[in-house]
Amino acid sequence: MAEVLVVVDATREFGVKKVTLEMLTLARELGTPAAVVLGGPGAAEVLTGRLGEYGAEKVYAAESADIDGYLVAPKATVLADLVRRVQPAAVLLASGQEGKEIAARLAVKLDNGILTDVVALAADGTATQVAFAGSTIVKSKVTRGLPLVTVRPNSLTPTPAAATPAVEQLTVQVGEADKLARVVQRVAEQKGSRPELTEASVVVSGGRGVGNADNFKLLEELADLLGGAVGASRAAVDSGFYPHQFQVGQTGKTVSPQLYVALGISGAIQHRAGMQTSKTIVAVNKDAEAPIFELADFGVVGDLFAVVPQAAEEIRKRK
Amino acid sequence: MNIVVLVKQVPDSGADRNLRSDDNTVDRGSANNVINEMDEYAIEEALKIKEAHGGEVTVLTMGPDKATESIRKALSMGPDKAVHVVDDALHGSCAVATSKVLAAALGRLNADLVLCGSESTDGRVQVLPHMIAERLGVAALTGARKLTVDGSTLTVERQTEEGYEVVTASTPAVVSVWDTINEPRYPSFKGIMAAKKKPLQTLSLADLSVAPAEVGFAGATSTVLEHSKRPPRSGGTKVTDEGSGGVQLVEFLATEKFV
Ligand SMILES: Cc1cc2nc3c(=O)[nH]c(=O)nc-3n(C[C@H](O)[C@H](O)[C@H](O)COP(=O)(O)OP(=O)(O)OC[C@H]3O[C@@H](n4cnc5c(N)ncnc54)[C@H](O)[C@@H]3O)c2cc1C
Ligand SMILES: Nc1ncnc2c1ncn2[C@@H]1O[C@H](COP(=O)(O)O)[C@@H](O)[C@H]1O
Repeated sequence: MAEVLVVVDATREFGVKKVTLEMLTLARELGTPAAVVLGGPGAAEVLTGRLGEYGAEKVYAAESADIDGYLVAPKATVLADLVRRVQPAAVLLASGQEGKEIAARLAVKLDNGILTDVVALAADGTATQVAFAGSTIVKSKVTRGLPLVTVRPNSLTPTPAAATPAVEQLTVQVGEADKLARVVQRVAEQKGSRPELTEASVVVSGGRGVGNADNFKLLEELADLLGGAVGASRAAVDSGFYPHQFQVGQTGKTVSPQLYVALGISGAIQHRAGMQTSKTIVAVNKDAEAPIFELADFGVVGDLFAVVPQAAEEIRKRK
Repeated sequence: MNIVVLVKQVPDSGADRNLRSDDNTVDRGSANNVINEMDEYAIEEALKIKEAHGGEVTVLTMGPDKATESIRKALSMGPDKAVHVVDDALHGSCAVATSKVLAAALGRLNADLVLCGSESTDGRVQVLPHMIAERLGVAALTGARKLTVDGSTLTVERQTEEGYEVVTASTPAVVSVWDTINEPRYPSFKGIMAAKKKPLQTLSLADLSVAPAEVGFAGATSTVLEHSKRPPRSGGTKVTDEGSGGVQLVEFLATEKFV
C-alpha cells in the first residue's frame, strides 16, 4: 500500500499533539501511515515513540536549524521533495495556521489542489468539509494531484495501533529563497495546566456577560473541574477580559469539543462559526431570548454568577 | 513605499450564506456582499505606513463586476487607486488559480509591500498569502498583530499557540494581518466623495497573459461534489434558574457522563 504522509504537529511543551494522532488514525484507513517530522536538530527522537503507538510505520525526520529558524517555506520545500520521491496516496496536515501555510506552498510547488478544514476523508479521496459557520456540509475532491488536505482537530477519535517505525533521516537542502522570513524571537507565554483550546474535549467559554477579567476565574475553576480549556467571545476579548489567543469564533479558534459551555455569550453567528460543531452545548444566559439557546442541548436562563458557583460546588460534591 | 492591499469581496458573514445549487460555488448573487473584514485591517495598516513613511497605496481585487462596490468602499478609506481583475473565465477558480492571477497582477504593480487579510470569511482557507509569496519568490510574514517598518526591514509580531514570535524580512514581502493589529477607520464623507474619482483600472486575463484554461472551472485543482445544509441543532431543554439552576446543569452533565 502506498504511504500516507502525516505532517506531525507537535509543540515543545506538550510533544505530539492530539490532532497528529487523529491524522495517523485516519491515515491507517487510506494506506501505510508515515509521519513526517519537520523541526530543529533532535526534534524527531522525542516524538517517534508516540507516533509508533498510533501506527506510524515510518518516521521521516527532517531536522535542521534552517527549518526551525524561518517561517514555513523550508518545511514546504523539504516536504515537496519527499512527496515527489515517495508519491504518497495522500498528504495530511493539521488545519491550524502552520499546517495550512505549509500546505499552501506545497500546492503551488506541486501544482496540486488543496482542501482545508477537512473533517472526514474517504479512501477514494472524497473529503467532507464544514463551511459557513458550520451551517453547510460540503463534499469535495482534489482533481489535480494527490489528496492534499488539512484536517480539523477533534474530527475523529484517535485509536492506538502499535507499530515500530523505521526512522529515515532526510537531508535538508534549503535555498536562500526559503530563508527570507527569519524568526528572531520566540516568546512562550504562561500556559498553565489546561489543555490546548482546539484539542480540549471540554471548553468553558465566557462572553461580555462575565463582566470583567477577574470574573474569568469562575470559568477557570469550572474548566478545571471538568478537565477543560477556557475560551472567550470576541466581545470578552475586545473588552480585555481574556487574551486573544483564547477567542473562539470566526476570527478566533474553531473548536469542536465533546462539551461546550457558553456563559454570558449571546451566540452571534460569528461566535457560532467557531463552536457550532461541538457535540454537546450548554449555555447560561440571563436573557431567555439569547440565540445561543437555539443551539444549546441544555440551557439555564439565569444569572451566571449564581448558576456557575452552584454548579462548581455540585461537581465538587459528586467527586 | 509602494503598497498593494489585497481586498476580497465576500458575502456578509453575519447573514445566511449559501452555495449555489447549479454549480456549487459561493452564492454571491443573492448575498449582501461586503469587504472581507480582515482586509479592512490590511487597508488601515497600509494607510498608517503611508502616513508615516510616504508612498502610494493600491487596492487589488479579483472578483466579479459587482466587486466594484467594495473597491469604491475600500478607496473611501483612503487608498490612492485600485486595480480590478475581472473576467468571466474566472468563475469557479480554486485557491491555487486565484493565487496565480493575483501574482500575475502583482507582477505588474511593483509593490514593496503586499498587505492582505489573514483569511477570508467565505472560504476561511488562509492560504493565499503564502501561495502568492511562493509564486513571487518573496517572504511571507503571516498573521501579524504588529508590523514595524524600518527602511526596507519589516518586523512582525505574530501570535502562536505557545505565545508569540517575532519575524523579520526585507521588502519586497507579503504581510497578512490579524484583526488585532489596529482599528480600521471609518470612511469620512470627504473620503467617500473622493473615492468616486480615484483611478480604477480593470484588467482581463488577456491583459495578464493568463490563459482562461488555467483558471475558473477549466483550471480548477479541486471540485465540490455536493453540498447540503447541516440540519439546524434543535434546541434542547431550557430551564429558568429558580435557585437550583446550577444543580440542574450538573445533573444534565452527569447524564451525559461529563461529571
Ligand atoms: C467579521 C466579524 C468577525 C467576528 N468574529 C468573532 C469571533 O471570532 N468570535 C466571537 O465571539 N465573535 C466574533 N464577532 C463578534 C460577534 O458578532 C458578537 O459581537 C460577539 O460574539 C458577541 O460576544 P458576546 O456574546 O460575549 O457579547 P454580547 O452579544 O454582548 O452578549 C453578552 C450576553 O451575556 C448575557 N449576560 C450578561 N450578563 C449576564 C449574567 N450576569 N449572567 C448570564 N448572562 C449574562 C447577555 O444576556 C448577553 O446575551 C465577529 C464579528 C464580525 C463582524
Ligand atoms: N479574489 C481575491 N482578490 C483579492 N484578494 C484576495 C482574493 N482572495 C483572497 N484575497 C486576499 O487573501 C487573503 C486570504 O484569503 P484566503 O486565503 O482566501 O483565506 C484575504 O484576506 C484577501 O486579502
